[in-house]
Amino acid sequence: MHVELPEAIRAHLPVLVVILPLFGGLLSLFLGLLGSIMRGSGGLLAWLWSCLITGLTLICSASLLFDVHAGGPEVYRIGSWPEEYGIGYNVDALNAFVIFVVAMIGFLATVYAKDSVASEISKDRHHLFYAVWLLAICGLIGITVTGDTFNIYVLLEISSLTVYTLVALGGDRDRRALTASLKYLILGSIGATFILLGIGYLLMLTGTLNMADMHAQLVRMREAGELENNRTLFVSFAFLMVGLSLKMALFPLHLWLPRAYTYAPSAVSALVAATATKVGVYMTFRFVFTIYGGVYDSTLDLYLLALCACAGIVLSSLSAIRQTNVKKVLAYSSVGQIAYMVLGFSLANDAGVTASVIHIFNHALIKGGMFMAVGAVVLRVGGNRIEDFKGIGRKMPLTMAAFTVGGCGLIGVPMTAGFISKWYLVEAAMQRGYWFVAFIVLLGGLLALIYVWRLIEIIWFAQPDEPNKQIAEAPLTMLIPMWILIGASVVFGVDATWTAESAHAAAQLLLHGGP
Amino acid sequence: MLALAGSLPTWELALSPVLAIAVPLIGAFLIALAGKWPNLREATTIVTALALLWVVGNLHNFLEANPSTPGGAETLVEVVPGVPLAFHIEPLGMIYAVIASSLWVLNSIYSIGYMRGNNEKHQTRFYVCFALSLASVMGIAFSANMFTLFVFYEALSLATFPLVTHKGTPEALRSGRVYLGILMGTSVCLMLPAMIATWVYTGTLDFTAGGVFTQPLADGNLSPALFGLIFAMYMYGVGKAALMPAHRWLPAAMVAPTPVSALLHAVAVVKAGVFSVVKISVYIIGVDQLRLYQQGGWLIYVAGGSIVIASFIALFQDNLKRRLAYSTISQLSYITLGAALLFPISVRAAALHIAAHAFGKITLFFAAGSIYTAAHKTKVSELDGIGRKMPWTMAAFTIGTISMIGLPPTAGFISKWYLMHGAWTAESKFAIAVLFTSTLLNAAYFLPIVYRAFFRKPAHDDHGHHDHGEAPLPIVIALTCTAAATVVMFFHPDLFAGYAQMLAAAMPQ
Amino acid sequence: MDIGLFNYWLAIVIIMIGFYGVIARRNLLKQAIALGLFQTGVFLFYVTMGVYRSPDGVPGIAPVWTDAAKTGPFDNPLPHVLMLTAIVVSVSTLAVAVAIIVNIQRKYGTIEEDEILEADRLSGDR
Repeated sequence: MHVELPEAIRAHLPVLVVILPLFGGLLSLFLGLLGSIMRGSGGLLAWLWSCLITGLTLICSASLLFDVHAGGPEVYRIGSWPEEYGIGYNVDALNAFVIFVVAMIGFLATVYAKDSVASEISKDRHHLFYAVWLLAICGLIGITVTGDTFNIYVLLEISSLTVYTLVALGGDRDRRALTASLKYLILGSIGATFILLGIGYLLMLTGTLNMADMHAQLVRMREAGELENNRTLFVSFAFLMVGLSLKMALFPLHLWLPRAYTYAPSAVSALVAATATKVGVYMTFRFVFTIYGGVYDSTLDLYLLALCACAGIVLSSLSAIRQTNVKKVLAYSSVGQIAYMVLGFSLANDAGVTASVIHIFNHALIKGGMFMAVGAVVLRVGGNRIEDFKGIGRKMPLTMAAFTVGGCGLIGVPMTAGFISKWYLVEAAMQRGYWFVAFIVLLGGLLALIYVWRLIEIIWFAQPDEPNKQIAEAPLTMLIPMWILIGASVVFGVDATWTAESAHAAAQLLLHGGP
Repeated sequence: MLALAGSLPTWELALSPVLAIAVPLIGAFLIALAGKWPNLREATTIVTALALLWVVGNLHNFLEANPSTPGGAETLVEVVPGVPLAFHIEPLGMIYAVIASSLWVLNSIYSIGYMRGNNEKHQTRFYVCFALSLASVMGIAFSANMFTLFVFYEALSLATFPLVTHKGTPEALRSGRVYLGILMGTSVCLMLPAMIATWVYTGTLDFTAGGVFTQPLADGNLSPALFGLIFAMYMYGVGKAALMPAHRWLPAAMVAPTPVSALLHAVAVVKAGVFSVVKISVYIIGVDQLRLYQQGGWLIYVAGGSIVIASFIALFQDNLKRRLAYSTISQLSYITLGAALLFPISVRAAALHIAAHAFGKITLFFAAGSIYTAAHKTKVSELDGIGRKMPWTMAAFTIGTISMIGLPPTAGFISKWYLMHGAWTAESKFAIAVLFTSTLLNAAYFLPIVYRAFFRKPAHDDHGHHDHGEAPLPIVIALTCTAAATVVMFFHPDLFAGYAQMLAAAMPQ
Repeated sequence: MDIGLFNYWLAIVIIMIGFYGVIARRNLLKQAIALGLFQTGVFLFYVTMGVYRSPDGVPGIAPVWTDAAKTGPFDNPLPHVLMLTAIVVSVSTLAVAVAIIVNIQRKYGTIEEDEILEADRLSGDR
């Protein structure tokens, strides 16, 4: 399966994965204009173009992953400026993995988007949708690949702004998407500005913006004794943590998430739920471990994060049980799953960080697949409330089978990817002797059982309100990406050696700076 | 029958335990395909069951030829690095596998009679889920490490759920929720952390003679208190053993059709529970370790209490199946008691009782279903004089009763004898008292049924039900076979007793 | 002239005014403006960070002079450049926010937050 790309391309892979969707998005605008000349097929052309671009990006990211696994970390200097002065892209075991996840979800969500976008967004805006969509993917991948802190802020804002726009486009169908998007915008901008402040303090302290260089400067300062009780360092960490928690949707800063995920167009929910908050978690890894690792005693802060995460797991699952809108159930579930990831790395041991990284992958598969399934129902039935799902298992069995298997992943049934993450998480908690945390994780699984089972009962056992209504199965462009994701969640639940080793390599890198 | 099955030609195939799982899985697939043709579908079920019996027979021959256990090890896939899905053949698992596969054949014959006699719906789903459940059972029986056991244990809970909620009524769905809630709740919140704790403290999950905790306990890495806690989590984590107070799922599951109850109460689910209890106690925890560090004594009292309280509740149940359900809870706790007494001889008794109870209880359930099918009666108070109209059914019921009480010439006598012996060796006056009391209680709630059936005149039937006779033939055949097996086991206990002996011999004394 | 930490104080005050506006104002457009103000405080903070002070307290020269005669130590131009980018980001955010607000006005008929919540509640939102 290993595609050997020519050397000329291989050398530029780190920047290609960002440039491709960037220019692809811009060119998509022109395609739209072209399409409107050709009798209104702008949407279809834009979709095909997006599939091409995201497909190429996926190939590049896969190749990058193999290169990094084989040959070690890669540094790419933009414009050949040395990283301390210019912008450097740094790809190591951690972000190669995350880039691959984002690119994969990007491609599958793009293929999925065709029918969903066609039905939910007004026709004259399809090419604009795909333009912004590609820019969002560019932003997300960019965050993951860059090694420069200010660059990360800029790309964070690119991805955030595009996602705000994408969510707001759901306003064509449901006007609450607009208010949800605005709330997301305001809270997200506050978070991003806090991150900017944190970066500012770090710049003031170290004089550089490159992550590796920052770390080197901090180590040097620590050895020279300049970091004793250094308030600047402490304040920068505080601002960064608050800003990142908001972006990650860590309890209690998660309030923007449920409505934003619910009212967004289905394809957007699928993409964003699987990637945006995970990239936030990745950013936190970079800051906490790569920059502050070993120079700042973060035990107390991590303890606080763990506390928030435990509360998040329990409270979000309890909220999910009460919801009447299926997408809201999944949205609250996502808040809980992010809390698992935060809990994992806040334990700061090998198993914990491994659990966190592996759950980035596993949850992307599961949640992406489940949101796709829900989107298919929205396409065929027109609504995403619980009443619309009554008895739909019999009319759309393939789609709902995917949803059920995904639900089993959320519960943590063995042989699904969700179980693997739980395994590592509980193992990490027990290794630290925190049995209470282990029980919270398992309690979360039990609460997930309740809200997933409630949905499964309604989908398969309830009688539909209009039994004779003809409801077709989802179209192939929706079924195939859905089943690829859910199928992968089962495959990587049965044999998790590849994901576990990749995650473990990433954890080693973060905690100890190398294997 | 088993020897005969084993002597069929094997084409020089070294049969692996994985085949025991594959056969019912493939069967499930074929049954689903044959859904539209009932006779073909039923035939497929029977053929699959016989094929499974043949495979198990082969494995039995293997084990007899190579008594140095465990053998036939086979690793399928490594799920998490260091934790594979692996299988092996060992005596306790063989006991479980043999009763499961042989009773599946009889249960399938019974099901044909029952499902057709009662015109049940969704029969294809029924037979497919049965096959899937049996595949999970084989996975549990032949598992070589705790993780594999856990995976198939959960699979069994899920595969039996559609069977429990078969009728689709709101009551069935509610009971299904209790069923799944308790079983998955205990396994996720107790068994899973216990398993991960085992992994963290010992570095392995493989079933090893003498348990895996010897080294960490001796080194002092693990405190005896924590060890005891892990043991407690395992014991309650196995919700299928219906240890009080985690027993509510069993009476709730009685809402299912009787072949399902027969399967649950003799073959699959409850035996999975007590099998896991014994297997974990012997091969993961190590009963000698428990004795050494004086942990786990509480289990004797909990199990004993469970036996007596459940028998007590059974006295007051009018619904026949519910009475049988509480009887099962009580009988399962015998097995748990055997493991809790912590001596090889009591573990041997427990293993033997797995088999004895299986044959006896399935007979009783077959009889209950037969009465429902032929006479549409579900309550004990309605059973006056039914022995005269349904002699075969009630004769089988009587034999089952005698086995439950523990009198010769039935299998129940042998396992009770060993259990007494084990209680004596462990010097547990409490256990001996419990055994005596429960024998009396068993008689108290079973014998009246037999008396009513044969020695009372039938109540005047003012519903105008047409007169009924014996149940359909497949049902009667199945009943008679299991009742006969119960008696045969008394005279020829070697098959199961031999395995139990092997199990006890492999334990550190 | 040494102004001490005055700029930093000013930056904090502006940030807090903006933050207050975002939280306390009901009108969506006012919230968007307050957000812009919030971000402006951060710009001031960064630019102030770039000021160079020589050991005798002489401040550096603004990094824009191209006159060859000015050879003295310059202030750090990096924060200025970073803030140019940040200003662009802020303007884009404001643009997206205003676009959404315009659409809200079309769909709801109002841009007062409490009226919008009321409208959602009446139409059956939880």
